[in-house]
Parts: sequence; structure tokens; C-alpha cells
Amino acid sequence: MNFLQTEPIRILLYLVGICAFVGANAAYLVLAERKGAGRIQRRPGPNEAGFGGLLQPLADGIKLLAKQVMVPPGTDALLFRAAPLLVMAPPLMCLAMIPFSDSITARSLNVGLLFVFSFGSINVMALMLGGWASRNKFAIISSARVVSQNVAYEIPMLLVVITLLMVTGTMDLNEIIQQQGGGFWKWNLFKVWVNPLMPVTFVIFFICMLAETNRAPFDMAEAESELVAGAFTEYGGMGFGVFFMAEYANIVVGCSLATVLFLGGWQSPIGVLSGGLWGAGWFLLKLYALIFTVIWIRWTFPRTQFYSLLNLSWKILIPISLFTLLLTGAMMKLPVVYNHFF
Amino acid sequence: MIAQKDLIPVDNGGDPTKETFVLNLGPQHPAAHGVLRVLLTMDGEWIQRAEPVIGYIHRMHEKMGENRTWAKFLPNTSRIDYLSAMHYTHAFVGAVERAAKIEVPVRAEYARVITSELNRISSHMVWWGALLLDLGGFTPILYAFDDREKILDLLEALCGARLTYCYYRFGGLYNDVDDAFLKGTRDFVAHMKPRLKMYRELVTDNIILRKRLTGIGPLSADLCRRYGATGPVIRGAGVAYDVRRAEPYSVYPKLEFKIPTYPEADSMARYLVRMDEMEQSLFIIEQALDQIPTGPFIGKVPRVLKLPVGDTCYAVEAARGRFMVRIVSDGKEIPYRVKLRTPSFSNLSLYEEASKGMILPDALAMMGSLDLVIPDIDR
Amino acid sequence: MNPTLEQLSEHFGRLTTGTASAVVQVADPALKGYHLDVTVAPSLVVEAAGVADRAGFALDAVTGVDWLAQNEMEVVYDYFHPESPLRVVVRTRIPRAEPELPTIAGVFAGANWHERETHDFFGIRFTGHPNLKPFLLPEDATFHPLLKDYKP
Repeated sequence: MNFLQTEPIRILLYLVGICAFVGANAAYLVLAERKGAGRIQRRPGPNEAGFGGLLQPLADGIKLLAKQVMVPPGTDALLFRAAPLLVMAPPLMCLAMIPFSDSITARSLNVGLLFVFSFGSINVMALMLGGWASRNKFAIISSARVVSQNVAYEIPMLLVVITLLMVTGTMDLNEIIQQQGGGFWKWNLFKVWVNPLMPVTFVIFFICMLAETNRAPFDMAEAESELVAGAFTEYGGMGFGVFFMAEYANIVVGCSLATVLFLGGWQSPIGVLSGGLWGAGWFLLKLYALIFTVIWIRWTFPRTQFYSLLNLSWKILIPISLFTLLLTGAMMKLPVVYNHFF
Repeated sequence: MIAQKDLIPVDNGGDPTKETFVLNLGPQHPAAHGVLRVLLTMDGEWIQRAEPVIGYIHRMHEKMGENRTWAKFLPNTSRIDYLSAMHYTHAFVGAVERAAKIEVPVRAEYARVITSELNRISSHMVWWGALLLDLGGFTPILYAFDDREKILDLLEALCGARLTYCYYRFGGLYNDVDDAFLKGTRDFVAHMKPRLKMYRELVTDNIILRKRLTGIGPLSADLCRRYGATGPVIRGAGVAYDVRRAEPYSVYPKLEFKIPTYPEADSMARYLVRMDEMEQSLFIIEQALDQIPTGPFIGKVPRVLKLPVGDTCYAVEAARGRFMVRIVSDGKEIPYRVKLRTPSFSNLSLYEEASKGMILPDALAMMGSLDLVIPDIDR
Repeated sequence: MNPTLEQLSEHFGRLTTGTASAVVQVADPALKGYHLDVTVAPSLVVEAAGVADRAGFALDAVTGVDWLAQNEMEVVYDYFHPESPLRVVVRTRIPRAEPELPTIAGVFAGANWHERETHDFFGIRFTGHPNLKPFLLPEDATFHPLLKDYKP
């Protein structure tokens, strides 16, 4: 036991653990998505490979690995190859900060939230590089879209998070969760006495998360009926596979963050059975419920128009999140002002 | 690294803000239904000029018409627009019957109306699914194909084909509509009505869909007239032009139906016209099922068909608009000239003018709302 | 507002080059599929299109017929009316040796494509046409498949 808790071993274990978690999630979320889509579209989905289709991700993975990674002539070969690596790295880094339970965290930093957001922003750069290096007009249009979309949605997302920080007073993700203990009414989502607009903040966060991960209905980066495959047009084989997996890894990060910030992370909704593996269970339950919602939305709605996507951010989400920010500030200062005068 | 020789010189007239690039959309593009190629001159995401390049699936049906007998050309007509084959064979059969003065039994006319309207619904279902696919909604097409499958099964039992029907014959039909088909059609009408209601609630009233289509790609009535656009395109511009009423054929004068029109002239108007048309088609089918008489299904037709000298036109309202056949006969067994005037050809010809200044996704949404079938354009 | 058959035949009948005027025949739509059959001189097609345009007609199709025996080519302009059930056919004949006609693309924008197609199939040159490139045939096609003496 002592041996396991020595620092290098601990880091190694978590590294392997996170890679395995991301890999398994990316692979099996693809299956879950295809199965879910099949359910929504009244068809069975993949059901041939393995037991009811359970080995489908493996078959896909082998197929993708067996393909040659084509680098089209005239492209910037270095950036073209680097982009899939860059797109996979941020979610791996972010997951190191996510507390899966009160005792299962790869690294606990007191600026964990800041860490997650700073690495999360690299994602857009990787997509842009991929699109630019492909030397394809569709890919370049797509990368221009990705950048403007991510910049537009970073702002309301950060405003919402600042609102939340004012409530929590800490950037340590584990501490944020600990503050939400004791039943679901203590979750930040339901803290309406701090800010009556708290559920709205959660919705804004969720929308921004969808937009940041380029998921439908905001999948402007891929938009296959307009831009063929957007930034990934020229990628084949595992190059495309990594982009594809990174999309799911990003969804996992985004949904974990939403769980941690708003849904009480590993805290039990009934106030008991929160510690240890129970906590991990609660966390995963909430996480997958959110991920299912993401999948559900994708297979239900058509894609939005690009300018209405930007309009939504600049004209609706940013003013509302600014307003919640002000409201929270005012409501927090209200007792101080009250005590001062009366 | 990109070599200097690989760079394409940019012609911007010395002004970098006027820099444009050419985007080659298709002929293998997920949004171009079939092998349509559009050369887009783009300014960022704005389209400055969109030039459709067609002919990739040109088969020269009109020449084929000139070297086979009237009856042997009939299967060709169902290959022009494979999604509404019934209407196309109807037009050719109708033109020959009109020229040769062949009487068609009433039962056959009613059967033609029923099958034509079923075909219209199946065609519109494909359009609906494909348009939603263009807009990034993946699910509706599977529901649409589910409903379409029921129609295809009915028509397959009737005439043996699932797509390129050749069910009509000069003077009547290939075989009689049986009771199983009539009952199956009744069941289908009962099945389809609640489905259309569901589609309206689930898809038509979706805010994203409304935002994607409302106000996008306005095609005014005058534009439609100058380009000869017909069908849901001109009805979506508020003009109640329907060949079934303008040039009555078959037993349509005996049947009641409304011509749905929307004056907004945008993509949403064209969408709603087609959705309403499916309801009207169901209504027509119901009436025809009630009115269909017993009797022979094919009239007297000479074994060797020779048409009198002269030209004859026959137009039908196909799923995409006005389809006209102009046949010219020199008194022989073989047509002298067959002209096929297809609706998609005219509907696409306005694309260059209409898409000017549009943003790429909007232009593709508009293209989806035109309901193009490429073999119909190329013939 | 919508024109009657009599008004139309009068309008079309007034077209004249000075030597030859348009021949207007009223046809039975139940037998022919159109109401009015107008035959004009080649130089009058643009004016005939103008008459149709002012009467609110829409362009249905432009097409050719190769009359090899008479050594002539016929070009047929079909018009339909979006608001009233009227169909007009305007035809003209040009010599086969020199198939040339003025374009009506200036009147009906939709004629652009129809004329390109007719040029492809019959080799009829539409003078003043903005873009008479091969359309349905391959870019390098030098043949006109609908000519009756065309041998593949």
C-alpha cells in the first residue's frame, strides 16, 4: 500500500488510469451514440460485432489503424500530423483535475478550474491548425468558423463560471464539490437563494459546452452537408479517428465539469452514501446522464445557422450571463449593506 | 512545407478586400443530391456567383426516343425522374393517347390518379428527409423512408417495380388494381394522417428549422415566371399554378383538392407547400378510392401504333412541378421527336440569379427546398 | 388582367417583319395540348417572346426539331400562363445550312439554359446569347446528337 502511494507510482497509475478512461469512453461513447441514434431512429444500430455490437468499437479501431495516414501533397505536413495530437492532449490534461470521488483525483490543484479552462482553450487551436494545414477550402472555411464560434462561446461560459466562483469562493474543484454536500437541494444548480437565476446559468453553461465541443446543433466545424467534413476533410485513418475520439473526450470533460460545478460532483443527491466508490458511482451516473442528453440533442435537432449561432451568443447568452453576474454580486453584497445601515 | 510553385496566384485587382476564391461543390458532395456540380465564386462564406455545371448523368433520352417504337420508349420515361416515375409515364402515355385519340377506361384513370398521388407522397417523403439531412437533422429521413416503404410495397405488389414503375400503358394499365391494393391504400391513408401531424409537431414547428428556412432564398413570383419554375416553387411564391387544374387531365376535374400556396416565397413557404400537398394527396386518394368504378382496365389499342402527323403536348403535375412531353410524329411507328420538359431543369436554372449574395449554408438550404433530382435535369 | 384567347391572337397577329407576318392558329387543347399556335419569321422570335412576356406568360421550353427532308430546322418556344389555363406555342423555321436565331434570354432569363441545350443538341447558334458553352454534352463535344443525319 505504501509502495502505491509513493509519488512517481501514483502519477504513473493516474496517467494510465486517465488514458484508459478516456480511451474506453471515447470508444464506447461512439457505440453508445450509434446505439442511441439507432434507438431514436427506430433501427437496431450496430449489432453484429461481438455480443449485440459490443465489440464494434474494437472493429472500428482496427479498421482505422489499418488505414494509411495520407498526407495530401502541398499540405504543411508537420502541422497536419501535429493537429490530431494537439486535439487529444487538452482533454487528457483536463481530466487530471476532475475529482471522480472524494479520494480519486489525479492531481488536486487549488486553481483546478483555471487549469481546466486554460487547457480547454487549446482545443480550438488544434482544430484550426488541422483545417489550415489541410490546404483545403472547405477545411479553411471550417477552421474560420471554429475559431469565431469558440471565441464567441468562451465568453458567456467564463462569465457563468465567474458567477459560480463568486458563490463558491474557490477554484479547487474538490472543495467546490464539498460545499454542495448534504442533498440535491444544496447543489449549485438549486442555490436559488444565492441567485434566483442559477438554473438559467446551468442552461447557459450547458449550451456553451455544446458549442465549445462542436456538438450538434452547433457542429459548424464538421457540418458535413455544407463543408463535406469541415476541418477533418483531408484526414483519413487514425488521423480522423483521433479527431473523432477527441470529440467524445471533450464531451466527457465538458459534462464532468458541468457535474462538478452544478450537480454536486460525487455528492449523493440524498445526502448519504457519498464517500469512496459510492461517490464515483454518483459522479458517473450524473456524468452519463448529461452525456446522454448531449447525444439525444444531436439526433433530434437540425443544425443551426452559423450567424444565428453567433447571434445567440453575443445577443442573448452574454447579456444574460452578465446580468446573472451582476445579480449574484448584488445579492451577495446585500446582507453586508443591510448590516452596515441597520 | 508548401512550396512556392504550389501556391495559386490570387487575382484581386490589387485590392485584398476584393479577394475571392472558387469553391467546387460537387459532383461528389454530401449536400448535392446526386451528381450536381456547382462552381461557387466565394467572398469568404458569401456567394458571389454560383454556376451549376450539369450533364454528369446525361443519357440523351430524347435521342433514344427517336429510334424505338412508342411503346418501347415508355420505360425510359420512368428513368428520368426516378422519384416520381408514375407522373412521367403518365405524361408520355397521355401524350400518345391524346395524339392517337385512344379512349381510356374510367377505372384505369382512377387507378392512375391513386398511384400518381401515392407516388407524389413517396417523392415528397424523400425530399423531406433529404432536406432535413441538408440542414443537419439526421433522424427524419429514417421516419420518411419508413412511410415511403409502405407505398413502395403497395406499388411493388401492383406493378412489380419499386422505383422505376412502368405501370401505365397506352389506353390503360398493365394490370388491374386488385382489392388487396385498394385496401392497403386505405390502410396507408389511415396510417399516414397521424404521421403527418406528428411531423408537423416534431419537425415543422421546431425553432431551429424555422430559423433555417424562414426568409431564406426568396424566389418571387416574377422570378419563377421568367425562369419557368413550377410546382411547389411557384406555389411557394403565392401563385396557385397546378397543372392538375390549369390543364386538367385524367379524372382530376372530378376530384376535389386545394392548391396550397404561401405568399412568403421563401424556403419555408416551399417547405409548407409540400407538407400541405401530402395532405391534399391523401385527400385525393380517399376520394378516388370511394369513386373508383368497376370495369375494364385497358381500352382498345391497335397492335401497331402509328400516330397521325403533327405534334402534341401533354403536361402533368409531377412531384417537382410541370412535366411536359411534346411528341412530334411523322406518321410512322417510331417517334420523330420527343421533347421532355422537366421541372427540375427550370427550377435549377434560377439558382444562379437567386443565390447571389447568399451565405453558403443558406444557399444549400435553398437548394434543398428546390427538391432537385439530377437525372431529371440531365435527362 | 389575364389575357383572353382573342386578345392574344390579335397581339401575336400584329407581329410582322414588313414582308411576312405571324400566322396565328387556334388549336383545340383537348387534341393538341395548347391553345394557340403561332408561326413567325426567325427575326420575330424576340418580339413574340416580348408579347408573351407582357401577357404574363412563363417560358416552358425551347426546343428544336430537325426536318431533314425539308432541309429546315424548326425551333419551338412553349409558353404557359401561371395564372390562367392558356398555352401558346411559337414556332419558327430556319435553314439547316445556317442555323442561327436571335436569343430570347434577354426577355426570359430561363431561356438561357434551354437555348444552351438546344445548341448542344442541334447546333443552332443563338446570337447574343451570354454563354453558349456545351451544357449537357461533354465540354469537348463537337457533335449534335439530335440532328437526323448524326451518326454516332
